[in-house]
Amino acid sequence: MSTVTTPTPESGGLAPDAAVTPAKGIGAKKLPIIFGVMTALLAVVLLRSSHAGDTTFQLAADTDFVTLPDIVVPSGPTAWVMVVLCLALTAEAVRRMLAHTRQPVWVPIAFAVAWMTGFLSWAAADERIRLVSLFAGAVALAIPLVFGALGGVLGERAGVVNIAIEGQLLFGAFAAAVTASLTGSPWAGLVAAMVAGALIALILGLFAITYFVDQVIVGVVLNVLVVGLTNFMFRQVLAPNSDTLNSPDRFSAMPIPILGDIPLIGPVLFRQTPLVYVLYVVVALVAYALYRTRWGLRVRAVGEHPKAADTVGIKVNRTRYRTILLAGAIAGMGGAYFSLVSVAGFNREMTGGAGYIALAAVIFGKWDPIRATLAALLFGFASNLQGVLSAIGSPVPSQFMLMLPYLVTIFAVAGLVGRSRPPAADGVPYRQQ
Amino acid sequence: MRLVLRGITKRFGSVVANDSISLSVEPGEIHCLLGENGAGKSTLMNVLYGLYKADEGEIELDGEVQHFTGPGDAMAAGIGMVHQHFMLIPVFSVAENVMLGNETTGFAGTLDLDASRARVTEISDRFGFHVDPDALVEDLPVGVQQRVEIIKALSRDAELLVFDEPTAVLTPQETDELMEIMRQLKEAGKAIVFITHKLREVRAVADRITVIRLGKVVGEAEPTASNAELASMMVGRPVELTVHKDAPTLGADALVVKDLRVTDLAGHRQVDGLSFTIRAGEVLCVAGVQGNGQTELTEALLGLQDDVSGSITLDGEELVGRSTRRILDAGVGFIPEDRQVDGLVPNFTIAENLMLNRSFKSPFVKNGSLRLGALREFAQKKLKEYDVRARDIDSLAANLSGGNQQKVVVARELSRELRLLVAAQPTRGVDVGSIEFIHKQIVATRDSGIPVLVVSTELDEVVALADRIMVLYRGRVVGIVPADTPRETLGLMMTGERPKDLKDVAS
Amino acid sequence: MNDTDKPQPDPQPDRPEDSAGQTLTEPATEDRQQEERSRSVLREIVSGDAMAGVLAVFLAVFVGSVMIAATDEGVRETASYITARPSDFFTALWDAISGAYSAMFRGSVFNYLLTEPAQQWRPLTETLKFAGPLILGGLGVGLAFRASLFNIGGRGQMLVAGGAAGYVGFQFDLPTVVHLPLALIVAMVAGALWGGIAGLLKARTGAHEVIVTIMLNYVAYYLLFYALTKEWLLKTPGSVNPKSPPMKETAILPKVLGDQFNLHLGFIIALVAVGVAWWLLNRSTLGYRIRAVGENPHAARASGINVGMTYTIVMMIAGSLLGLAGANQVLGTVTSGVSLDLDASIGFDAITVALLGRSKPLGILAAGILFGALKAGGFTMQASENISVDLVLVVQSLIVLFLAAPPLVRAIFRLPAQEAK
Repeated sequence: MSTVTTPTPESGGLAPDAAVTPAKGIGAKKLPIIFGVMTALLAVVLLRSSHAGDTTFQLAADTDFVTLPDIVVPSGPTAWVMVVLCLALTAEAVRRMLAHTRQPVWVPIAFAVAWMTGFLSWAAADERIRLVSLFAGAVALAIPLVFGALGGVLGERAGVVNIAIEGQLLFGAFAAAVTASLTGSPWAGLVAAMVAGALIALILGLFAITYFVDQVIVGVVLNVLVVGLTNFMFRQVLAPNSDTLNSPDRFSAMPIPILGDIPLIGPVLFRQTPLVYVLYVVVALVAYALYRTRWGLRVRAVGEHPKAADTVGIKVNRTRYRTILLAGAIAGMGGAYFSLVSVAGFNREMTGGAGYIALAAVIFGKWDPIRATLAALLFGFASNLQGVLSAIGSPVPSQFMLMLPYLVTIFAVAGLVGRSRPPAADGVPYRQQ
Repeated sequence: MRLVLRGITKRFGSVVANDSISLSVEPGEIHCLLGENGAGKSTLMNVLYGLYKADEGEIELDGEVQHFTGPGDAMAAGIGMVHQHFMLIPVFSVAENVMLGNETTGFAGTLDLDASRARVTEISDRFGFHVDPDALVEDLPVGVQQRVEIIKALSRDAELLVFDEPTAVLTPQETDELMEIMRQLKEAGKAIVFITHKLREVRAVADRITVIRLGKVVGEAEPTASNAELASMMVGRPVELTVHKDAPTLGADALVVKDLRVTDLAGHRQVDGLSFTIRAGEVLCVAGVQGNGQTELTEALLGLQDDVSGSITLDGEELVGRSTRRILDAGVGFIPEDRQVDGLVPNFTIAENLMLNRSFKSPFVKNGSLRLGALREFAQKKLKEYDVRARDIDSLAANLSGGNQQKVVVARELSRELRLLVAAQPTRGVDVGSIEFIHKQIVATRDSGIPVLVVSTELDEVVALADRIMVLYRGRVVGIVPADTPRETLGLMMTGERPKDLKDVAS
Repeated sequence: MNDTDKPQPDPQPDRPEDSAGQTLTEPATEDRQQEERSRSVLREIVSGDAMAGVLAVFLAVFVGSVMIAATDEGVRETASYITARPSDFFTALWDAISGAYSAMFRGSVFNYLLTEPAQQWRPLTETLKFAGPLILGGLGVGLAFRASLFNIGGRGQMLVAGGAAGYVGFQFDLPTVVHLPLALIVAMVAGALWGGIAGLLKARTGAHEVIVTIMLNYVAYYLLFYALTKEWLLKTPGSVNPKSPPMKETAILPKVLGDQFNLHLGFIIALVAVGVAWWLLNRSTLGYRIRAVGENPHAARASGINVGMTYTIVMMIAGSLLGLAGANQVLGTVTSGVSLDLDASIGFDAITVALLGRSKPLGILAAGILFGALKAGGFTMQASENISVDLVLVVQSLIVLFLAAPPLVRAIFRLPAQEAK
């Protein structure tokens, strides 16, 4: 009987700590504040170095069926118009805050577009911005982030924190390169990447689920293990035999007929490598399955309140194992991007922290597959924008652009960009008596 | 369905939680399992429900021996359980909760939520539950959540229902309604096991009573048995059901609370305009159902709530706006409602726990260093004085029983110079021996001229300790009444109703 | 769940209430406790954590050996005709594995191939040189662990502190007595500020420090990158590489055993830090509060301890320790200038050091020296046996994983499971 005080399910998880009372969420005030700061930033930048000259936005890809015309605008004036537009939107947000009405979705979207247009016209004065390649590149760069984030979302919805996404990507990249080289088929490489990701998940599960080791610790150590393992294998085995073991065929771009011919959207979304199309399917499947199927209901139950799930006959740890294996396979696919799409072949630590950006996308995306995908796309965009801007010699130091995803995530977890609530039992091992 | 348990034994390490327990439950019968906190009632039911595996003994349903490997098997066999801590997922809707583990699905495992909604509505209508299948569980009051638990069990065609301490979180009125539901289920031919330690409820509803003590069945009793008989069976010796205390020697107004408002992080006003006074040498008991602002009130007194307005003065000093540390330094003693969470550091030794609120200055601190010698000496003394049963002062708090843990907390709080004692649920989950001891300490504190605020959801405890009773409902005072107010009146007040002829008493 | 039917010892002591028996105080159990104490010493050795620890190291080394053998040319060659001449295979196997480990020993403890005693013992001083920053970093991570904070931000704290120390180290002209302490203090302050961000954010907003410190690692990396591209900050004028000029003599940590050994003052600083950390945790009131907050922040808060403040202070102390580790690199081990890889993966190694050392200062000292030895030996192994030094990383992380799950190790070796206490 019971005086059984269940221990507070806090140890381990990534939930905000209840013991320190968080400052009252910036709540409804945050949008105007963010808008204000961003607008001011843009205005300051413009004041300090405003350019004469024109900025050209190219909408068409080279091989479009219908060629959209270029848009040429005077950089300085356009940027200032956008600042004014941003100010107007900020005012709108303030008005809604004062009136205590909800901030509709279009406000931040309109703000983002206006701000980005203003920023680009300033940064690319006298230059040409190829919007198609800007966005298409963003999608490509986001591939591993989206796969990784989906893997992360799935695991955490089942209550297993996965810091080892980085390890899954890296091991996936390694396995994909070797298998694709041996078999001559990038598809075989993709399958191998899935197996590799699942293998890491299995180790994570063994320690975190079966032996109750702190999940964050296991994840961090697994990342180190995979770095050591792949570096070792690279130096001892791959490098001396690179002809047979490390020269895979890459996935090449495979335009989809008709869809690929739609102006703007076609070249951005449908003239990509097959891995991207796999990605679309996986995103849709995961989002649907998580919310609409029995499997998804049980996964979420296990991540929210494992004991309750247990009492209705759901095998908690078995469900968790299955979910993280699947999640690992999905994250592993992202690894294939590095060695089968980005470049042909594996290299030391070639994932370069993408797994951590994926983790950031999980949190920024509030543990929801669609939002996490969008967050990953946003981070992909940031990193591609950085590439584009440094190619045209923009005045923004590239290091600050590269820092962006990490900074955004810090703001996100600090509650400045919408407070996120992780699954209640995230990171808490389940012990059956 | 007929249930027979034969010789169930369950051990945890070297602790025997259930020692060869046998009992039977017939269809259409309410069988009460009565026992103290920690007697092994819940363990037994968890064995029955497949959550624990018995070391010995067997479970028989309708003459067939069962081998449960998990709750799924027990459910399939027709056992339903209404858990003490609801096994509901707060962010799921009622329909989702009810279908979980028992889902009807369409193509490729797609959930058929409509089927579940229909099932909820059907059962809800049959028993008059009034539950909205699409409401999120976290938005429902506890009483309704409990009904969801019952619907969950019934939706799986349970023939045997186990209610594990179901009234702990209910108002007296809700308790009466639950009793009615239990009778209704009994009429429908279900077999019911009702676990409780509350004598009144047992006598109101039971057909048969089995008393358990220290993991063993100590006998059966008739519902006609008196409270004293049941209590002495439960505890194993005659029990004083009342606390002996003399009339209070009242001093000046000590704690004066004026128009106190507390808002929680979600923006809900949890304490709404509370005003009361406690005089030196007086016990004011706060009665009410859990979740009506008691927690926030005590936390506001201790400076643990952030959004507090109004005024709290202790001997004329304003406490609102002070940090917890400064409030403690002002002489406020605090027995928190959940010792495991707020009262103790489980992996600290008893000695370390005894200095928890004095980590800044003497007697245990000198120039930023710990004075371990002084601490040990103090701990040895308190261990004896408060009758804490432990190997030594280096035992970890986690290894103590609930009663002994609570005594450590009480010892720590009462061994400072106090000007106010705030005791929240001081005897929750504590054995009867420790309850008596702690009650005596509280009365002694009051007799030494210190104002005492006791918060309790147990009406018995409130009535036993109080000089005056303040009833809270939804963060407001329903009334401040004398200690001898009839229980029925108090019960009514706990639902927010204020009897017309009621007069508040000033101290 | 029932996925495993192995008995699973509960690492937390059985809560009597949970197990429903409030019988702990019965006279019979007093006797039982007496009896248990006398048996416990024996049990500790047979099935306790001590044994599991040794076995964890053994297991990790075994996996390392398999990796060496599997990638060794000779072993693979002889394996192809193993049925014809098994002795060749086993000779090759022995050569590969013993070669690797003896090289490690020569590189980390005692080089028996040399004749001059000073040169023979030189590897040991290399081990200690590598151990210095590992110990400092391990203390930084371990101290945070005690407050229940997971400081994965060692890398960022080292980068920021290393950059700051480097700035002082080559930009200023000062006498040694001022210059070196100033550089060290600046490093500590920089590390403390960087670490403090995570603590402060946790205190003020509840942001989880794991996420914040991970992200701050990258922010620090790009900040240092930026600084290394600007001459007014860290860049060497006229160079295209992101690297600073070398440190001035006056800011370099002096060698402690003369110029023939690389061991510098950093190791002594680490020893002092171990002592200070021990006192802080076990004898100071701040340490008491840190532990209280780490074990149960709710109770600490209800007892008047400012939890948020404690988090911030702990993270600042942790950051300053990692800052010292960063300074140790820039001012001691690699004095040729600040670069982006100045942390030499110590920020992450520090986590494994802290875990192996169970977050206790003396344990961290031992673990730091062990991992220092692995590092020193690993380089020798790579140079003389052509086995990648990355093997050390694998062995190191396996040790930590196995150590974290004693039941797994016991299951592998079929030892009796430890009874739940």
